[in-house]
Amino acid sequence: MKFSAEFEQRFTEMVTHYPSKRSVLVPTLLYAQDEVGYLSDEVIAEIAQRLDLKELDVRNVISYYSMLTTKPRGKYNVQICTNIACILRGADELYHHCQDKLGIRHKQTTSDGQFSLEEVECIGACSWAPAMQVNYDFHENLTPEKVDAILDGYKKA
Amino acid sequence: MADLVSHPDEVKVVSKRFGLGATDIDRYLELDGYKAVQKALGMTPDAIIGEIKTSGLRGRGGAGFPTGMKWSFVPKDSPKAKYILCNGDESEPGTCKDRLILEHDPHSVIEGVMIAGLAVNAQSGYIYIRGEYRYLSIIMQKAIRDAYAKGFLGKNIFGSGKTFDVYWHGGAGAYEVGEESALMESLEGKRGVPRIKPPFPAVVGLWGSPTVINNVETLSSAPHILLDGAQKFADYGTPKNGGVRLFCLSGHVNKPGVYELPLGYSLKKMIYDVGGGIPGGKKIKAVVPGGSSTPVLTADEIDIAMDFDGVAKAGSMLGSGGVVVIDDSTCMVRFAQYIMKFYQHESCGWCIPCREGTDWLKKTLDRFHAGGGVKKDIDNIQYLSENMLGRTFCPLGDAAAMPTISIVKKFRKEFEDHLEGKPCPFDPVGTTRQLLPVLSH
Repeated sequence: MKFSAEFEQRFTEMVTHYPSKRSVLVPTLLYAQDEVGYLSDEVIAEIAQRLDLKELDVRNVISYYSMLTTKPRGKYNVQICTNIACILRGADELYHHCQDKLGIRHKQTTSDGQFSLEEVECIGACSWAPAMQVNYDFHENLTPEKVDAILDGYKKA
Repeated sequence: MADLVSHPDEVKVVSKRFGLGATDIDRYLELDGYKAVQKALGMTPDAIIGEIKTSGLRGRGGAGFPTGMKWSFVPKDSPKAKYILCNGDESEPGTCKDRLILEHDPHSVIEGVMIAGLAVNAQSGYIYIRGEYRYLSIIMQKAIRDAYAKGFLGKNIFGSGKTFDVYWHGGAGAYEVGEESALMESLEGKRGVPRIKPPFPAVVGLWGSPTVINNVETLSSAPHILLDGAQKFADYGTPKNGGVRLFCLSGHVNKPGVYELPLGYSLKKMIYDVGGGIPGGKKIKAVVPGGSSTPVLTADEIDIAMDFDGVAKAGSMLGSGGVVVIDDSTCMVRFAQYIMKFYQHESCGWCIPCREGTDWLKKTLDRFHAGGGVKKDIDNIQYLSENMLGRTFCPLGDAAAMPTISIVKKFRKEFEDHLEGKPCPFDPVGTTRQLLPVLSH
């Protein structure tokens, strides 16, 4: 299992930050997922081995955190916030708009592997609602038209 | 990233460096940065705690616990290492203030962690940032690196002979981790399942050692208190509710945004004056005063002072500073449905009343709003919620129950208007989009 040099450097540094090695588990899983696209069996085995954990321990932790996934996702994961502040400003319409535009539902991926769609809980953009994240990028004060332009931009990228 | 707003009534303390480029350490130093921690280095731990107590600072994460008192609970004679844990897992719906602090003034958070560390004789601190805030983790990593490069962190800080280390830590998506014991579990690399209390973190915290856990805004306030004077900070607010805080205005207001206002500021004024009133000439139906966990207030209940005691007197909580305004075109059953969808999603499943209660309530509210409600459901929603209160390790169960109870109590007629298979009076078209298999009750 090979990760990038940046990943290895960060990992080597992070394990020195805590009195217990296990403490790096959650951020390490997320960074590994960013590189591989999802937490494959191979990634889980590698991280478990590095941290002296059982694979089951790692899987137990993965299933708790909503950003971690053991299934591949599209290149761009479109996450629409449908919590209260966003819902009051039209998030429901946005979410349905994205479903229609991408032709997929919650946690599905387009057949070309470009986009996944996810209905997520509060992302901390309440005063700039409605909002979404595409991977880690925030997009705020959205309208269906703005969403179209943003998604088309990713498609071209 | 996120747009900044301003209003003449604001008193900018924590937000005073927003938009001024203070992520750059040299710019931060020009703006009086790292002066407070140097002052703290010349003070005894008791004197630092005394200043924080005088300031009247209460936790900005939601519970409003007096910060100075929290710091004083750390046992002085413990031979164990002590830790400061900064809670940047900001996830309470309606709350988006810590994001701005971490984006615009990360060094003030580092400085706050250091001051807390000096107050309790800790030598290291962790800044936990929720996984979704990746760009803020990157900003924080640079800020920490820069502070080490200047000799402000590490061994012999500011030539004092003292050691203090600060580390960042990233989450991976979990509301419940914002609860302090779950936060420690998460930082230890586990599922964020809460711990039973007592013992409290001040005695048995991270890796079994005494730990002070404070919200980002709380810690970011500490340098200003030490530098500008504790009494000055206290005087901004009301008795026992010292200072100013960041209020996140959202929902149906003309000028949503994060505003720093004195504690005790009128909620009505906040909505109509600071927030510019309700769009489209509509009227207020309800207000969530402090994040989605707090009981909602009706339009008749908003003539109150926004401090911990004022909102408590009105039967709700000041909470996390997330003020969500709801206009009269909104269906409160649907609103309750969305609140419960959130808590059902976030419940970790450890405590049965919360795990089963949120799931049952979500299913009931989904069916109810879609026109499948029966009269006994209304009392059942109330009954189920009341039986979650106080029966769980962490307050997530309470957080799901409290707004729900208030909505059923204050908007019972709206529930009755959904009975007998009637479409939602506020959105007859939208109702048909939802479910329908659950109609068979």
